[in-house]
Amino acid sequence: MTFLVPLSKEIKEQLRTYRFLIVAAAFIFFGLLSPLLAKMTPELLKGLETSGISIQLPPPTTTDALVQYLKNLTQFGVLLVILLVMGSVAQEKERGTASMILSKPLSRLSFLAAKFAGLSLSFLFSLALAGIACYYYTIILFGRLDGLLFVKINLLLGLWLLVYIAITLFFSTLARSQVVAGGLAFAILIVLSMLSGIPRVGRYLPGELLSWANRLTVDAPGDAWWAVVISLGIILACFATAWQVFERQEL
Amino acid sequence: MSAIRCEGLSKSFGKVVALRDLDLTVEPKTVFGYLGPNGAGKTTTIRLLVGLARPRRGKAWVAGQEITLGWRFPRQQIGYLPEDPAFYNWMTGQEFLTYVGRLFSIPGGELKRRVAELLELVNLREAAKRRTGGYSKGMRQRLGIAQALINWPSVLFLDEPASGLDPMGRRDVLALIDRLREEATVFMSTHILADVERVCDTIGIINRGQLLMQAGREELREKYASPVFEMEFDKGLGERISGWADDLRRLSWVDRVEAEGDGVRVFAGDVGVAKRELPRLIVASDLALVRYELARPSLEDVFVRLVQRSERR
Repeated sequence: MTFLVPLSKEIKEQLRTYRFLIVAAAFIFFGLLSPLLAKMTPELLKGLETSGISIQLPPPTTTDALVQYLKNLTQFGVLLVILLVMGSVAQEKERGTASMILSKPLSRLSFLAAKFAGLSLSFLFSLALAGIACYYYTIILFGRLDGLLFVKINLLLGLWLLVYIAITLFFSTLARSQVVAGGLAFAILIVLSMLSGIPRVGRYLPGELLSWANRLTVDAPGDAWWAVVISLGIILACFATAWQVFERQEL
Repeated sequence: MSAIRCEGLSKSFGKVVALRDLDLTVEPKTVFGYLGPNGAGKTTTIRLLVGLARPRRGKAWVAGQEITLGWRFPRQQIGYLPEDPAFYNWMTGQEFLTYVGRLFSIPGGELKRRVAELLELVNLREAAKRRTGGYSKGMRQRLGIAQALINWPSVLFLDEPASGLDPMGRRDVLALIDRLREEATVFMSTHILADVERVCDTIGIINRGQLLMQAGREELREKYASPVFEMEFDKGLGERISGWADDLRRLSWVDRVEAEGDGVRVFAGDVGVAKRELPRLIVASDLALVRYELARPSLEDVFVRLVQRSERR
């Protein structure tokens, strides 16, 4: 019961402060833009031929649309995650709303869980909308797209976003200022991206989820279940540590 | 059983001792005024008692439950107004109260009635559907009081409840606190002496993290305050008056002298000597006396005296 009350507040907050609208609009935009870019790139490059440069490109396919989709949503999605999650707990501590609300019968675990669930729902729902937009636009522009394959790609993308929601929420709980929380989350994003480049290590990191999704677009073999397990572990570890830290914090 | 009890409660921030061995008892259905200058340790005490901070050592009980065990807290029974209440700017006042009420699991119909009743009580009915982001400081303070009362608390902690309010708002809040003693124990911190004098049954004076005393309002005056000799002279003698006041300060039986405009207040260490000596000194000063009175000390006098004494130590 005490989880549902703060959760409904979090969802209302996402809607009333237009945060959900911003995320959904950005995700839908990239959902629509990706197949369009894939379709238009050869046409745009053809335009360069008039200036004497000749570029030979194979005709665009649904794979190009999916690769674009993955690239756009990971790049902009993770930035939106950091920007919107960094203040979720830190700002409440800064402003004093956390201390007032947590003097009521609301556990710190429920407070954090509601934050994580509310933000995750907002991003996953936006991702679903982006997926629907991309799916239909790809069909319009390219004729066909394997629905099941597309769902798998989105599930991997969704899990990857959840990892960064959990990491940013963890730093938002740890830090007293949202800027510090955002900076630390961004630093982790860079470190994990660099580590993903190391073959032996990278295959176990969340970045491998995106590599797997990219392989799915070209029907290449090689799953990454270890990366799935480790990503789930990171989410759980970030949340559990954030909770333990939050329990000991003085507000 | 006391509503609030502290035994040796201490709190430090690094090397700074914010609260030192606080022993305190507040009886049920009384208004306790926790008085002290800024930075004395008032807010720290309240934050410890509402479970937002942990003591370094000592024990405390609120509403009959030991709160320093770390795992049990009578949140259903307490109300808390922070010094600077903060709200979700996107919520209306009514929505905020409803949200807080839902955290206390107050059923729908009853909650609706309670929210309407509290909005009326704190005079926010007309602003109920406005976003709290647009509320003035006074309106935020009143909404803060309303949210602290939503659960009919048996122990209410108010940190500077009258700060930021205009004189009318202050009068209303103090009248409300006065009425609340019938149903709750009120622990109210303030640095405004007039507020304490008006509504509090018992008073605790704190300075530099140490409780200097705790007593009933009247007991405090009788026990800690010696009478004050108040004099008023003819107008336009300002310089001569302050010179005479300086002479008085040098006398061994004088504790403190306040000279302001045409008036002088003398706090005597030995009242008997003062009664004999002061009239003689006035005559010798050749100042034209308009009024001479042996006045009853105000709470402010007690407060200043105790705080100054603690700072001299």
